[in-house]
Amino acid sequence: MSAALAPGPLARALRAGVVLYVVALVAVPLATLVEVGLADGPAAFFGRIGAPTARAALWLTTWTALLVGALNVVLGTATAWVLVRYRLPGRALLSALVDLPLAIPTLVAGVMLALLYGPTALAGRALSALGVEVVFARPGIVLALLFVTLPFVVRAVEPLLAEIDPAEEEAAIVLGAGPVQTFRTVFLPAILPAALSGGIRSVGRALGEFGSIVVIAGNVPGRTLTAPVFVFGEIESGEPGAAAATSIGLLALALALHAVAWAVERRTGARRAE
Amino acid sequence: MNIRVEHLSKRFGTFEAVRDVTFEVRSGSLVALLGPSGSGKSTILRILAGLDTPDAGAVWLGDEDATRVHARARAIGFVFQHYALFRHLTVEDNVSFGLDVRGVPKPEARRRARELLALVGLGGLERRFPSQLSGGQRQRVALARALAPEPKLLLLDEPFGAVDAKVREELREWLRRLHDEVGVTSIFVTHDQDEAFSVADRVLVIHRGGLEQSGTPAQILDEPATEFVARFVGEVNVLDARVEGATARAGALRAEVPTGGPEGDVHLVVRSYDLKLWRDDAGVATVERVVTLGDRVRVHATVDGAGAIVAQFPRRSSLLRGVEPGARVAVEVTSARAYGSSSSM
Repeated sequence: MSAALAPGPLARALRAGVVLYVVALVAVPLATLVEVGLADGPAAFFGRIGAPTARAALWLTTWTALLVGALNVVLGTATAWVLVRYRLPGRALLSALVDLPLAIPTLVAGVMLALLYGPTALAGRALSALGVEVVFARPGIVLALLFVTLPFVVRAVEPLLAEIDPAEEEAAIVLGAGPVQTFRTVFLPAILPAALSGGIRSVGRALGEFGSIVVIAGNVPGRTLTAPVFVFGEIESGEPGAAAATSIGLLALALALHAVAWAVERRTGARRAE
Repeated sequence: MNIRVEHLSKRFGTFEAVRDVTFEVRSGSLVALLGPSGSGKSTILRILAGLDTPDAGAVWLGDEDATRVHARARAIGFVFQHYALFRHLTVEDNVSFGLDVRGVPKPEARRRARELLALVGLGGLERRFPSQLSGGQRQRVALARALAPEPKLLLLDEPFGAVDAKVREELREWLRRLHDEVGVTSIFVTHDQDEAFSVADRVLVIHRGGLEQSGTPAQILDEPATEFVARFVGEVNVLDARVEGATARAGALRAEVPTGGPEGDVHLVVRSYDLKLWRDDAGVATVERVVTLGDRVRVHATVDGAGAIVAQFPRRSSLLRGVEPGARVAVEVTSARAYGSSSSM
């Protein structure tokens, strides 16, 4: 660095300020969480996180999030496919609808779904007659999570699909490829990294989802109580130790997810560079 | 395989891309569709491949009416202008793709791919990805890929349009040799007349969606059927003239024209190398500019009462003695053709 650009007192103050800000904002709360969670020793920690209600909540949150991520990879890719490749009359409207869940407060999303599928609503009654319970049941959780994560895969895949050279698809067809072979050769390798990374983002979002689920899930411990709602309940009832332990569990899940995302990006990125 | 195209027409909205085009391509020949951009030649090629559907007319591939046959089932090789290689497949997998989708056993497909890559001079690059190749190499991979399933017809859309001039020259010669070796009936689209004349057995000149003329390169060059063809191939002068009998007059200039052509007011088309001029103070034209182009010299002059003309000479031509700006020169037309002045350009 040249002498002219060497830090003066103002720059030094700025530097110290920023470090302090980030540490105070992120590192200190994180450390506190770990400290409180582990305060009574590892045995107490594992006891709390392994208690039937906490364990069931973490497990419910994990599998619903993974299921929603997987569903999004398929359904989001299909949605992007339709948006890019077909000149639907209401295409702009459909595209706007895809973005809407990000703009709607998740609590409102939960209320919408609860009203639609609730026992007094038409859709809810019809499904009940068929033996399918949505509200205050697990399908409601999955539905709410699908709603709030709808745009992730769609918006990740869409631009990549749009930029594929139509001649590449035509080349495959002229060479005798059927629709499945064409998709596998031309489209899938181009969009798979984005579809996976969009799927991982939906899992991340689903792990922490609270607002929509607290309304629709019914929060029956051991059955429809998700980890974030369980943590909220423990805080409300003055059990910070149990709240912290389960939060650490959620944190571990989120960090593991980050590691997976990093590995996926590294692998697909490396393949792109070949 | 003989190819026959009958009364082909295609519209895009109100734009008539192809207008009543009929032609035949003999088995084993190499044919160029030549025309300016937007003339409809690529659309004709895409209809042959089944990538576009004609509004009217028929495409016969051999004895089969293929007009409604899906592109997948036509077994035609197609080389795209920008290669359209599969980016995520290796060179070898690109070439064997047409065999793999037909269920050819993998070892057999691999052997054939390697054979073709050797044929196009890319042996050793099998494991590369398209992004690791130069433009010329990619084009050759695209050609090998199109040839792998042994198509009866090979179509090439502006095959050398995206490579630089020097590589283009090499690829042209190479394509001609490859065609002579493989013998597959081939049609290529180009807007470059040098390319059409140096590579093809026959040239079809396309203009505004219609077929202007078809013939050997010599026929197109020496006997252009329409004013458009005459103007499109080579550097030409177009003069307003009057024809009486076998003589055309454009201002002070006289020219012999083939008899049986149009009479009265015509457009007289004279190639720049079909004009001779030499220093003569009693001549009919004044030299404006003399431009040296390597081994050739281009002389710009104004003919009394007829306007500007351009003539070309070999650099060392003795005719050029004393030809300089301002000099008066005599002009002789060695060959000219007259077209009715109402004919389309």
